[in-house]
Amino acid sequence: MSSNLSLAYLMLSAILFVIGGVGVLIRRNPLVMIMCVELMLNAVNLSFVTFGKMLDDISGQIIVFFVMVVAAAEVVVGLALIVAMARRRPGATADDLRTLRG
Amino acid sequence: MVGLVWLIPALPLAGFLILVFFGKRIGEPRAGWIGTVAVALSFVTACVVFAGLWGEPEHTYELSLFEWIPAGNFSVDIGFLLDPLSMAMVLFVTGIASLIHLYSIGYMHGDSRFPRFFTYLNLFVFSMLILVLGDNLVLTFLGWEGVGACSYFLIAFWFEKDENASAGKKAFITNRVGDWGFMVAIFMTFFAFGTVTYTEFLPLSPELAETTATFIALMLFVGAIGKSAQIPLFIWLPDAMAGPTPVSALIHAATMVTAGVYLLVRVNPIIAASASWIPWMIAIVGIATAFLAATIAMAQQDIKKVLAYSTVSQLGYMFLAIGVGGYTAAIFHMITHAFFKALLFLGAGSVIHGMHDEQDMRRMGALRKVMPVTAVTFIIGWLAIAGVPPFSGFWSKDDILAYALHKSPILYVIGLVTALLTAFYMSRLVFRVFYGDARWGESAEGELANLKAHTAVDVADSDEHADEHDDAHAGHGAVHPHESKWPMLVPLVVLAFFAAVAGFLNLPFTHNLEFLNNWLEPVVGENQANFDLGAFQLTFELALSTTIALLGIFAAYMVYLKNKVDPRRIELPFFANGWYIDQSITKFMGGIGRKGFELIAMFDKVVIDGAVNGVGRATRGGASRLRAIENGYVRWYALMIGVGAILIVAFVMTQVSF
Repeated sequence: MSSNLSLAYLMLSAILFVIGGVGVLIRRNPLVMIMCVELMLNAVNLSFVTFGKMLDDISGQIIVFFVMVVAAAEVVVGLALIVAMARRRPGATADDLRTLRG
Repeated sequence: MVGLVWLIPALPLAGFLILVFFGKRIGEPRAGWIGTVAVALSFVTACVVFAGLWGEPEHTYELSLFEWIPAGNFSVDIGFLLDPLSMAMVLFVTGIASLIHLYSIGYMHGDSRFPRFFTYLNLFVFSMLILVLGDNLVLTFLGWEGVGACSYFLIAFWFEKDENASAGKKAFITNRVGDWGFMVAIFMTFFAFGTVTYTEFLPLSPELAETTATFIALMLFVGAIGKSAQIPLFIWLPDAMAGPTPVSALIHAATMVTAGVYLLVRVNPIIAASASWIPWMIAIVGIATAFLAATIAMAQQDIKKVLAYSTVSQLGYMFLAIGVGGYTAAIFHMITHAFFKALLFLGAGSVIHGMHDEQDMRRMGALRKVMPVTAVTFIIGWLAIAGVPPFSGFWSKDDILAYALHKSPILYVIGLVTALLTAFYMSRLVFRVFYGDARWGESAEGELANLKAHTAVDVADSDEHADEHDDAHAGHGAVHPHESKWPMLVPLVVLAFFAAVAGFLNLPFTHNLEFLNNWLEPVVGENQANFDLGAFQLTFELALSTTIALLGIFAAYMVYLKNKVDPRRIELPFFANGWYIDQSITKFMGGIGRKGFELIAMFDKVVIDGAVNGVGRATRGGASRLRAIENGYVRWYALMIGVGAILIVAFVMTQVSF
């Protein structure tokens, strides 16, 4: 794989990461926010794989599996929270959770 | 047998606990008997332990009951150190306390708080025993504070009268100044040695840096002068006479006030390791107090005030003894003084009791005819304190003077002058109370008015005192003095016996006769001033002391019985008012002192409180501003995480060079 191609993957990874980050910051729908977090995680996964290939190091690819597992677990917890919230207050946004502030 | 040592303080404690819970129900006089028996059993135990102590190596025995304060390197045990010094103290404290308890049953008869009196007395004896038996400074301090508190309770025992209550407060507050010194000394000791146990730090003291030792000795001395009423903290003791007379005898003459002397003797290796001006200072403070108090005692009219100032003066002798390196002489005088001064106070109590609470010597006289036992025992006490051979005071005072002469002739001369004054004022007391004309009863009314006119120069409060009594007596006619009952007379007789013979504990003629010296050898031996009096010098000193004592008695005889000199030429207002020390303090504290303390209070309010409140206000203000960033928006937190991550990465980039 040429270095140009690697660079392109890394650029894509950075763009996805920024899209995810901005999404988390500006969207208020909790479901979309979770998806954005997933997007960020996968952007990082992409960069891991790319670096693993560039440096010829298998550990870059192994760690991706760990990230996926953690992401899956995180989604489970996150979706459970969202469902619980939606049941209690249908249509509530992440900002409405401000009432939980001490 | 020595293992029973814990029982010595435990018995008065048990007595105290019984009386504090059931005292009221037990009532008079059984509460008094319980208190007396508790202390008497303690004395018996002390005798048993004493017999057992002969078998111990170096006559020393240590018993640790349990660990009291474990805190890292610092650990304090409830433990007892029984050595020749504490044994001697325990024996005479419990012995005299038993007698005074017995006496109190008679003296306090009819008092509405009779059981409470014995509650306090038992607590006092317990604290005093903890003080002398404690094997570390902290435990000694516990006893030290305990006796201080009991002293306060008992001085203010008849608190219905304002003077008594404020006398109690005066004693307590003055003692606090000394206690501060003691506490600082404890801190310093722990800082210097890492332990406060006597047997651990005292052997190490010769290696101590001189400045550290000097500081510790100085602070312990501050503690000692507070408890033992030396210049400048002696002012509380004369006022402490507001308490019942047995209290004056037990606490303010025989035992508690000697705690300071005990403490200094106990830490003698520290004094030895300190700068050479420390012993000098102790000696000078001692002799100055002895002299000053003796001059004041010459001009007092209240029988208990004379004895109070006399106590201050005798304590001054003990400090002199410590300062000149005569530790055994100090203990010797402490023991003989405990006997004869307790005797004198109890005798005075018997007189006061017989005269229906009259304390003014101007209304006494010729009492030996109506109170024969009191008179005879009192006269023995008088001869002992005046230093007439072969009574006990002669030997102990002379022992101190011998050490003083060894240190410096000036101390010796002032000591002799004080001895002369002592003989004089004690003879004055005896002649005015037991001899001469009876100034009580109907015929005395006219003479009293006369006397009052003479003594217009006197302290204002003593005049008021006299007025009250006049009014009281006008009501029910004349006073009829009577002899006291047996519980009061037995202690007098026993104490008189010891006041007469206690001098034989330590006769200076041959080494073998110095029983007390030899007994205390393991404790003070190394630091005791060592010299040999030749036979000639010894005889000369003894003869000189005797002459001085007889001279003082003769002078008092000429003045007060033969009326060759007008007493008013000797009883100067300056002395009667105690060198105006109390008045000066009042004036100072009312004026400049008050302003100064107000300034300090201001400093406290503005700077100290200001700093504390300022910290609080700053925290509060900062927090309320910081609260703004915790706004509850998830996206805001996410942004903060992002910003934080960027900052960390940026920081790492600046630190790492590629």
